[in-house]
Amino acid sequence: MAATARRLGALIPLGIFLALALALAVGMRLDLTTIPSALIGKPVPDFALPPLLEGGQGLSAADLRGGGGPVLVNVFASWCIPCREEQPMLMDLARRGDVTLYAINYKDRPQAARQFLAELGNPFTRIGADRAGRVAIDWGVYGVPETYVVDGKGKIVLKHVGPLTPQAIADEILPALRGAGR
Amino acid sequence: MSRLARALTVLLLLCAGVARADIAVEPTPLPPTQEARAQRVMHSLRCLVCQNESIADSNADLARDLRQVVRERIAAGDSNDQVRAYMVQRYGDWVLLDPPFKPSTALLWLSPLIVFLAGGGALLLYRRGRRAGVPEGAPLDADERRLLAEALAESDNGPAPPAGAPDPGR
Repeated sequence: MAATARRLGALIPLGIFLALALALAVGMRLDLTTIPSALIGKPVPDFALPPLLEGGQGLSAADLRGGGGPVLVNVFASWCIPCREEQPMLMDLARRGDVTLYAINYKDRPQAARQFLAELGNPFTRIGADRAGRVAIDWGVYGVPETYVVDGKGKIVLKHVGPLTPQAIADEILPALRGAGR
Repeated sequence: MSRLARALTVLLLLCAGVARADIAVEPTPLPPTQEARAQRVMHSLRCLVCQNESIADSNADLARDLRQVVRERIAAGDSNDQVRAYMVQRYGDWVLLDPPFKPSTALLWLSPLIVFLAGGGALLLYRRGRRAGVPEGAPLDADERRLLAEALAESDNGPAPPAGAPDPGR
């Protein structure tokens, strides 16, 4: 009886090991650096940003609440390296013709931002210049690039942190745009 | 050589000037009582870029902007909790270094208690197991006596004799 208990007791370290291995395996798969957005399902904050480009259009909350259908809002900066990587993908989205792309230019020198767009292309129909980065804080931005999908009534339905990938566009962005009644 | 040294000194002094200018970017603090409150709030908010520091301790650009926001809210008459609520509205409970007790955080808060109870339970079981086991000083049974004799023989005379061999008389 005592011997059986002792033999079972010997299995305890194995059990602890298995539990730990399971916890670590799950933990490795979780992306703990991506902070869940507090603004999903909420209306976009009140804001109004001046245009980045001379003769271009700025971006304000009214532009997003106007009922013009879902849009993609990209937060970018010329000093952000991953933004360079995702710009061609945004260009591809713009070329499809059925996706509206707006942008918030985050804490950038206007000159540098214009240069960035001249070099890599400008897929955005509206770009608001957020030089102080305050509007981005209201959006819950904590690093560029970030990409939001906003439905026709100005409700944020999706937030993607970090550079877009073809997979993220196919699995997250396009379904969200479709779901928001494109 | 001494000219080089002088040039280096001047260069270093210039660098120091640049460094000072950089520090000066930190916005001017509030009046002492308000600044103390602002500091307390900053220490309770988690930096979103570095993630394991408060915004008071972080050098990240965003942390500096958020410190400025905290100071502005305090100056505008917000209570400490109102400033924290302002941040939670934008960044979720995640920004709080001291997250509230909610269904989604219950496991986080209760895990120390769970571990404590599990450890206490294991200790109790272990002690009860020992008490219920063979009492100390009980006579050995035949099997145990044979095992003991074999072990002793092995330690005294080298390898144990093959099983079934006569006991080397003792």
